[in-house]
Amino acid sequence: MIIYGVAALAACHLAGVILGDMLGVLLGVQSNVGGVGFAMLLLIVVTDWMRRTDRMPALSEQGILFWSAMYIPIVVAMAAQQNVVAALAGGPVAILVGLAATAACWALVPVVARIGGQDAPLPPLLPQEA
Amino acid sequence: MQMIVELLAKNGLVFAFVMVGLVMWLSYQLSDRLTAGRLHGSAVAIILGLVLAWIGGTMTGGSKGIADVPLFAGIGLMGGAMLRDLAIVSTAYGVDMRVMRKAGAAGATALALGIVVSFAVGAAIAAAFGYDDAVSMATIGGGAATYIVGPVTGTALGASSDVIALSVAAGLLKAVLVMIGTPFVAPLIGLNNAKSAMAYGGLMGTTSGVAGGLAATDKRLVPYGAMTATFYTGLGCLLGPSVIYLALLAVTGR
Repeated sequence: MIIYGVAALAACHLAGVILGDMLGVLLGVQSNVGGVGFAMLLLIVVTDWMRRTDRMPALSEQGILFWSAMYIPIVVAMAAQQNVVAALAGGPVAILVGLAATAACWALVPVVARIGGQDAPLPPLLPQEA
Repeated sequence: MQMIVELLAKNGLVFAFVMVGLVMWLSYQLSDRLTAGRLHGSAVAIILGLVLAWIGGTMTGGSKGIADVPLFAGIGLMGGAMLRDLAIVSTAYGVDMRVMRKAGAAGATALALGIVVSFAVGAAIAAAFGYDDAVSMATIGGGAATYIVGPVTGTALGASSDVIALSVAAGLLKAVLVMIGTPFVAPLIGLNNAKSAMAYGGLMGTTSGVAGGLAATDKRLVPYGAMTATFYTGLGCLLGPSVIYLALLAVTGR
């Protein structure tokens, strides 16, 4: 059933976020530390095990793939509720800080990506996959 | 008319699906017709989303973009942290653990470097504009990291409210820049494989920025970038008011 896939995804999400919150408390930070990341790792491990042991029929899989396909529309909805007005109204210091920090980190991407050898680019995307 | 508006507001999430569907359709049309597909449809959609956010913010004076208009409150649920994080987690489905592990060292380095460089750049610019005490420099530096690290650092250190507001604005601008700019800089910085995406998430840090930027570039990069970005804000909140503040205090002496 599709709900099994959705339920597995949701359970991994919650377990990861709880782990991230606990790590935050442990470190004394008022923030979640890596919750979504832990959830992703959990999902990878759990679904890999489910597939290997034949507990993940194609229909259950659809429950996860649906949310994956909804990712971009959800991100568009996220963009539509950003505080863009405040981002632009911060005055010269805020604008300069935002611009400079973004540019500096962009410039460092190729440097860091070279650690441990350069990776080959992904194959080109087929239009229907986008 | 009044009745229809009320009905749409009551079915907010369902109405949001229709609205976002229309925005996506319009964006892919614009992408095909105006840029011959060179600027990806999802990139256009995110830019349109940000324009809507600006319109909403200007109309209502609120902080949640178009979602502050009662009719479009459903957008707030659809694009809120809960469903956004669920969708981000779902993109990890089918990712090969070995690829993740291989890129782990680059991801961890990116995190450390991304936080330190953002704080350093923010603090240096703050000092240049006269905010030259360690508390203000750390707070504005935190804003250069993300719009959450700034206020958390500032509150912990007792920064003034105008400095905290400044740090939030800087962080918001960074998130918007990363969302819009990623597809344009991607070819220049080699952002086209799992490892560079992990480096990207760790260096930029802003979850919303990375989530939007990678969606606009190539959806297959999302799980790798999101994986590292998710640790950034927490680590930034940990290091900002402690190690980085003390380092700045040692440099400025006040």
